[in-house]
Formats: sequence, structure tokens, C-alpha cells
Amino acid sequence: MIDSKHIREQFPILKKWVNNKPLVYFDNGATTQKPQMVIDSIVKYYSEQNANIHRGVHTLSREATELFEASRTTVASFINARPEEIIFTAGTTDSINLVANGLTIAKGSEIIVSQMEHHSNILPWQLWCERNEGKLVILPITKDGSLKIEELEGKITKNTALIALTQVSNTLGVINPVKEIIKKVKKINSEILILIDGAQSVPHMSVDMKELDCDFFVFSGHKMYAPTGSGVLFVKENLINTLKQSRTGGGTIKTVSFEKTEYVDGPLRFEAGTPNIEAVIGLAKACEFMNLVGIKNISDHEHLLLEHAQKELSAISEVEIYANHLNKAAVISFNVKGQHPFDVGTLLDKYGIAVRTGHHCTQPLMSYYGIQGTVRASFGVYNTKEEVDIFVEALKKSIKLLN
Amino acid sequence: MSIKEIEEEIISEFEIFGDEWEGKYEHLIDLGKSLTKIDEKNKTEENIIKGCQSRVWLNSEFKDGKIFFTAESDAIITKGMVALMIRVFNGQKAKDIVEAKLEFIDEIGLTEHLSPTRANGLVSMINRMKYDALNLTK
Repeated sequence: MIDSKHIREQFPILKKWVNNKPLVYFDNGATTQKPQMVIDSIVKYYSEQNANIHRGVHTLSREATELFEASRTTVASFINARPEEIIFTAGTTDSINLVANGLTIAKGSEIIVSQMEHHSNILPWQLWCERNEGKLVILPITKDGSLKIEELEGKITKNTALIALTQVSNTLGVINPVKEIIKKVKKINSEILILIDGAQSVPHMSVDMKELDCDFFVFSGHKMYAPTGSGVLFVKENLINTLKQSRTGGGTIKTVSFEKTEYVDGPLRFEAGTPNIEAVIGLAKACEFMNLVGIKNISDHEHLLLEHAQKELSAISEVEIYANHLNKAAVISFNVKGQHPFDVGTLLDKYGIAVRTGHHCTQPLMSYYGIQGTVRASFGVYNTKEEVDIFVEALKKSIKLLN
Repeated sequence: MSIKEIEEEIISEFEIFGDEWEGKYEHLIDLGKSLTKIDEKNKTEENIIKGCQSRVWLNSEFKDGKIFFTAESDAIITKGMVALMIRVFNGQKAKDIVEAKLEFIDEIGLTEHLSPTRANGLVSMINRMKYDALNLTK
């Protein structure tokens, strides 16, 4: 069980009013707000701990390095991986680009993505295909937002090198059975690499790298209560030294000469330059925060919100929900019949409610549904049933205004 | 009427709502609904204004020394904004359009739509109208 009052007290921004109304923040799929302990960790870092890492022999640098590397251990354990498998990046998009630019797969390979992917899990692969005479293969979905898994086997050919799938759709909230898919693919051909986009799953559910058995797993800090500019690329340990670097520089080497440079093994090889140290420390704090609340508690609480919202919205005749079922993370995407999502979002904002409108960086998914965009409400740990009620009331008023 | 006079007229029209935003938006939506339809042949790719989350088409014509606009949008609030702008600019001289400061937007409490982050692109809309006015009279 979640003690909402206690949770909300930890997020200073939730005291804010917008348009003379208390803020109802339902745009967690875009980014979450930050708890005091994460904010404090950044302030503390700059007030007491700031130094460059992996460089100096002085005490402050050593302590900052220890803090940074301890964060790697915390993040690794959060997803049940080993610290040697965790590369810190700027976020999910950065992580996927790092993989796409570092792959050592044959020219002309085929890469499979699904119809529901975020642009960030399409474009790096599309670019790879353009540059390497590759072929982007699409795994279709059904109207209720499920992957057509039965078609996957038929899409796999001898040229398939990688499959990139999201664990949770950012637009629909649908949870994909990635564990089963990975198992199935590895059975067909264990050489096929699998990347799972966890940007929308890690904030809402427990993920376990040993259990999933994917080759790459990517997620962002800022969607899970951590600072912007923190992100993770998990690479299965046996693969990390086969991935080429797309960026290089300070902090990645053993020795450098103009003739030949020898790089270090492991994650540091990919973390060229001074990293976003305080964001990484904040990310570890956010993992601690989620562990303190309990990930199962977060999932259960958010699911109650989803269930409530879905029930209430289904009762409004003008509302059409996409993927209208409950196998979803805390996301509900809908349209008001005959109304543009922009209008609905604008009026909801006037009532103090922050939702996202538009194509959510999933234009191929929008094309599939034949729409321009949707209104998306996405919940976080600090949201309450009362807020859902305020939202539903505001939506009803907005519909009335628009008609 | 001059641009300034039309602006004054709009300000007094919105005055009755005071600080009550729902009335203002209801009025804006009504204005959007009453916007004269754009000729289908003018809903071209070139007439789409970039920078809007909703699609906005704007057609501009030069006739008897004056500029005339027709427009359309698939979002009704955006359409209301377009309707207001057309009311202010229609049949005016290019020079007056380009020089208009449009203080009425602030006066009627719709300044928030001028922020560059607003996806309805009122700023893009105004820029396009001024640009067209300038170009058509070159």
C-alpha cells in the first residue's frame, strides 16, 4: 500500500498551482517529478563532493569516483545486472544510438522493430539500414495494441541480426511479453541480438536482466524520478567488448600514442569525457527511492489508478480509448470523438491538468490507427485517485465547452 | 475600420468575461466554428503553417491594394485564434499588417498562446500573415 500523503510530501513541485488550480501532473510518461532525496543528492554533490572522477589522486576526486562507481553498483542491482554490464548514457535515445553505431553485424543485415516503437527505437536502426544496405522489418500489431507475435517467426530470416522492441508502449501503455519473445527468438537463432527499450517499463515495474536474458536493455533516468541527462545501456557482459565505440576520448584508454591507442575493457570504454556525474548519483538515489517505496507497491498503486481512470473514461460516450484493456503500465491514451487532441489538452491545462497531446514520437503507430494524435494521461507513484476524479470532471467540462 | 479599431472592438467583446476563462474559451470556440471555410483548392501543402500541433492552412490574396485571408484548422481553439487574426487583418493594407503590434492578444488574456512552446503556433500564424502581406505587395 502507498501512503500518498507521505509520498507527495517528498515531491516539492506537487505543491505548485497552475492556472489558479492545484497542479495535477499526468505527464509522467514524458518525465517524472523528482523527490527531495534526489534533489538533495544533487545539491549535496555540488556543495560537498564535486570533483572530476577517474582522474585525480586527491581525496575529493577519489571520493567522487567512489560515489560514481557505487551508483553503477546500485543501478546494476536495481535491474539485477552486474556493474560491468552498465554503461551510463544521457538517456534511452543516447543508449540506442550507441548500440546502433557500435554494432558489429554484417552489411545487408535485417533489423526487426515493431509498429508501436518510439521514434528513438526506429530512427537509429533506419539510419543503420540506410548506411549498411540493411532492411528494416516491421512486426505488426493488432487494434488492441498487442504485438502480432505469431508473425514474428515468419519475419525472421537468415539475415536477421537484431530485434529491437519496447517493453511498454509509450503511447498506449501496453505491456509486451518480451520475456517470452526473447525466449522464442533465441530458440530460433541464438545469434540474433535483442534490444529491449525499457524507458516506459523501468519506472513502473520490476525488471530483471538475468530473467529477461536480452542482449541490450536501455532506459532513461528522468522518467524514473532521476535527473535529466542520466540514462543506462545494459549490455550483456560477453558482448560489451564486441561493441564498437562511436565516441571516444578522455577516460576510455589504457595508453595513447599517435601510432596506437589501447582502450580499457568494459563500460568505461563508452563513457568518454567527463560524464554527467551528479545525474548518475541522482539516478542511484532514484533507484533507492523506488526501492524504499517498493516497486510492487508502485505497480499496484498505479494499476489502481489506471483501472479507475479507464472505468471512468469508458463511461463517457465521446471518449475513445486506444488499447482499452488493463494489460498496461500506467498510461491511458484516448481521443474525444470529433475533437482534436490539442483542443482537449489545452482545456485540460486550463483546469490545472498536465497531459501530453500529439503523436508521442510514434507516428507509424498513429498512421496505423489513422489518427493525428491522442491525449495521453500517464501516472506516477505520487498520483492519487482523487486526481483521477479531478481529471475526469475536467475532461467532461472540456467536452461540454468544445461542443 | 483600422486594425487598432478592430482590436478595440475585440477587447470590449471579451471584457464581459472578466477573469473567467471558460467564457473566453467558449467564445473563442464559437468564433472558430463561425470561421468562413477556406476554398478546398487552397488547402495545399504550401499553405500549411509549420510549427503547429494542429494543421493550419492559410491562403492570402492581394486585391485592390488590400490583403485578404482565408484559413482553416482541424483544431477548434486554433481555428478561433485564426478567426480573430483574420478579423483583425482582413482587408487591411500590407504596411498596417506588418506594423501591427496586436496588443489585444494580451488584453483579452490569451498571451499564453504567444509563448513559443505553445503547439498551436499563433506566433507562426501571425508571422506567416505578415510575411504573406509583405510578399504579395513586393
